[in-house]
Amino acid sequence: MLDKNGIAKRIAKEVKNGYYVNLGIGIPTLVANFVREDIEVEFQSENGILGMGPFPYEGEEDADLINAGKQTITALDGASYFDSAMSFSMIRGQHVDLTILGAMEVAENGDIANWKIPGRLVKGMGGAMDLVASAENIIVAMMHTNKRGESKLLKRCKLPLTGVNCVKKIVTNLAVIEVTPQGFKLLERAPGVSVEEIAAATEGELIVQGNIPEMTL
Amino acid sequence: MINKQVEHVQAALEGVKSGMTLLLGGFGLCGIPENAIAELVAMNVNNLTCISNNAGVDDFGLGLLLQKHQIKKMISSYVGENDEFERQMLSGELDVELIPQGTLAERCRAAQAGFPAIYTPAGFGTEVAEGKETREFDGKMYVLEHAFKADFSFVKAWKGDAAGNLIFKGTARNFNPNMCGAAKITVAEVEELVPVGSLDPNQIHIPGIFIQRIFQGKNYEKRIEQRTLTPKP
Repeated sequence: MLDKNGIAKRIAKEVKNGYYVNLGIGIPTLVANFVREDIEVEFQSENGILGMGPFPYEGEEDADLINAGKQTITALDGASYFDSAMSFSMIRGQHVDLTILGAMEVAENGDIANWKIPGRLVKGMGGAMDLVASAENIIVAMMHTNKRGESKLLKRCKLPLTGVNCVKKIVTNLAVIEVTPQGFKLLERAPGVSVEEIAAATEGELIVQGNIPEMTL
Repeated sequence: MINKQVEHVQAALEGVKSGMTLLLGGFGLCGIPENAIAELVAMNVNNLTCISNNAGVDDFGLGLLLQKHQIKKMISSYVGENDEFERQMLSGELDVELIPQGTLAERCRAAQAGFPAIYTPAGFGTEVAEGKETREFDGKMYVLEHAFKADFSFVKAWKGDAAGNLIFKGTARNFNPNMCGAAKITVAEVEELVPVGSLDPNQIHIPGIFIQRIFQGKNYEKRIEQRTLTPKP
């Protein structure tokens, strides 16, 4: 079974040379720590920076330089700043190659819910609805089950949707799963996790074809 | 040169009245019009509709207006980090419309650019699209979103001149440029009001034509919400 860093490490393998990547808040933010150093990748943060670098050293933080999680960051050589309309032109116009975001629920048809629990938690969607409506390549990073042990990979989402038919791949603490027209297709198992354990934690249709390899990190 | 400079924040906010709709720049607490917000609190105007990406935190940004119950309706994309906001929303005191961040930006830009509405794929199939016109283009579904209609737009820039030309800094740019000229009157506050002619026209982000009033801001706090650091090696 993977921890959050393990999920981020596995997703980092999906980041290819020449990609512009948007990372959501939470586990997706960790992905930047594990991207190979021999490839060229630029991270976009939708509040208005391309070429986002690591957190600053103490004393070098700048109130005018934050990411979409409102955290202080740095800008790498070659970085650029822009307004919110241009930022979402990059996203909506499909100039960003890969979007990695968290989710509360994903359905076997690729629907995603991650912005609202009615009556309990209403923080808003931020840029998530724009991202999932337009991105060609969306990977969801999340735990396979919620805090109550219930599956987050469902036949149909129960929470208010963020987007429809959009998620392509899911990386959880248990598995790598592709979203296909037939349902959740199991691609890889996390180290030490059996197909049976994954099936038991998946409410939606899980397609298991042939021998499922253990993921390499 | 057409002079847009006003002496102080009081003159800049002249004409703001209760019940108006206001656009306010900023993302989180980054690039917010701190002086204009403080003056709105001092003016004690209420029943405001505020359009801003976030609602501040409990004791700063738009949170200052929420504390005094001056806001009737809030249109935002993300409203976490504010307990008073959440309390007023769940109790029904505050009307809240949550919209996608890119839609918020584009509804500002549409107002600035003279488009009555735009089609966006964001929110299709979700509750955001409920009751809205949808249309298919090339096999994909889009939602019709209308340009904002606001009375005042309050933006914050790094540098500006009396002609109203603006330059923003870092990610404090965010919604500020998109809100310039998106309301009947746009008020810009700047950290440094520089002499006309000293800004390089090549470097100007927003030309003065979009600005009606500009003033030298004071006492910027520029609070950081999440101070995240890399340990020194």
